[in-house]
Amino acid sequence: MTTDDKSATYTEPGVAGMVSDWAADKQTFDMPWGKIMMWIFLLSDTFIFSVFLTSYMNVRMSATEPWPNASEVFALTIFGQHVPLLLIAIMTFILITSSGTMAMAVNYAYRGDKKKTVWLIVITAIFGASFVGMQAFEWGKLISDGVRPWGNPWGAAQFGSAFFMITGFHGLHVTAGVIYLLWTARRVGAGYYDGKGLEIVEIAGLYWHFVDLVWVFIFAFFYLW
Amino acid sequence: MSETAGQQHPIGVYLKIWLLLFVFSAFSYAVDFYQLQGYLRWTLILIFMFLKAGFIIAIFMHVQWERLSLKYVLFLPLLAIGVLIALMAIEGDYTHLTRLIYFGR
Repeated sequence: MTTDDKSATYTEPGVAGMVSDWAADKQTFDMPWGKIMMWIFLLSDTFIFSVFLTSYMNVRMSATEPWPNASEVFALTIFGQHVPLLLIAIMTFILITSSGTMAMAVNYAYRGDKKKTVWLIVITAIFGASFVGMQAFEWGKLISDGVRPWGNPWGAAQFGSAFFMITGFHGLHVTAGVIYLLWTARRVGAGYYDGKGLEIVEIAGLYWHFVDLVWVFIFAFFYLW
Repeated sequence: MSETAGQQHPIGVYLKIWLLLFVFSAFSYAVDFYQLQGYLRWTLILIFMFLKAGFIIAIFMHVQWERLSLKYVLFLPLLAIGVLIALMAIEGDYTHLTRLIYFGR
């Protein structure tokens, strides 16, 4: 049975449909191979980030020194006003905005509007790059405050290692995502996928939404908790 | 490929979810801004987190419109993470107690 077989149907709903997807003489997942591969990759990435966040929970629970107050650590003073978590909030909104533009890009791709698709992907990548820039600024500020993976001025030494590991790995994902998006936009714009369908945009979108999704958990557990 | 050629949904759906995500983010930021503490803080953080995550997965990543075969592949393995979290919470608690006992802090 090849992936090109269009005779297989995926119309039966519910558990019976799932059983038939797995048992019948057809491809199990009703999607291009690239999309299911992206899903499997994202599932494995979910485990990586879950392990990071779980180990962060573990060291935070077992620390006997007080845990540094993230609200204070990441506060900024703007125009003489002390605002807690300001930069983190802006980064959160930027990432959500980029997720929105990516969703629109996928939508326009399936509508066949290539020009809008390319531009929306490029805008998404620009938002992503500005997110990485702000994260670099944040790292610089914390390093100049004396935060190191082995200690910091405010309390439990594990704070630094958890912070650099988790946000660093997420930042790496955003950086890779920006490169991936620009590459996708270039190929779509160059007409590489003309006549082949633009599922490739949805696949890139899955990755980008996942990066946003991970940030939702980091924001909640690391910055707010 | 019955559905995948599609995943075409009205733009309005995306705009509404986009707006919702902004609102939930603003709420979770407000939790910190107004310095809510204790169980109220943790409950609100978790509620807004799961709402945001749920909408991103269901709508932006189109999982709501996918077949059950994919949903089970994506969500069943997460049970293992739940087990890991429970075990590491117990372990962290134990380490904390032993540190208190043996290092007297």
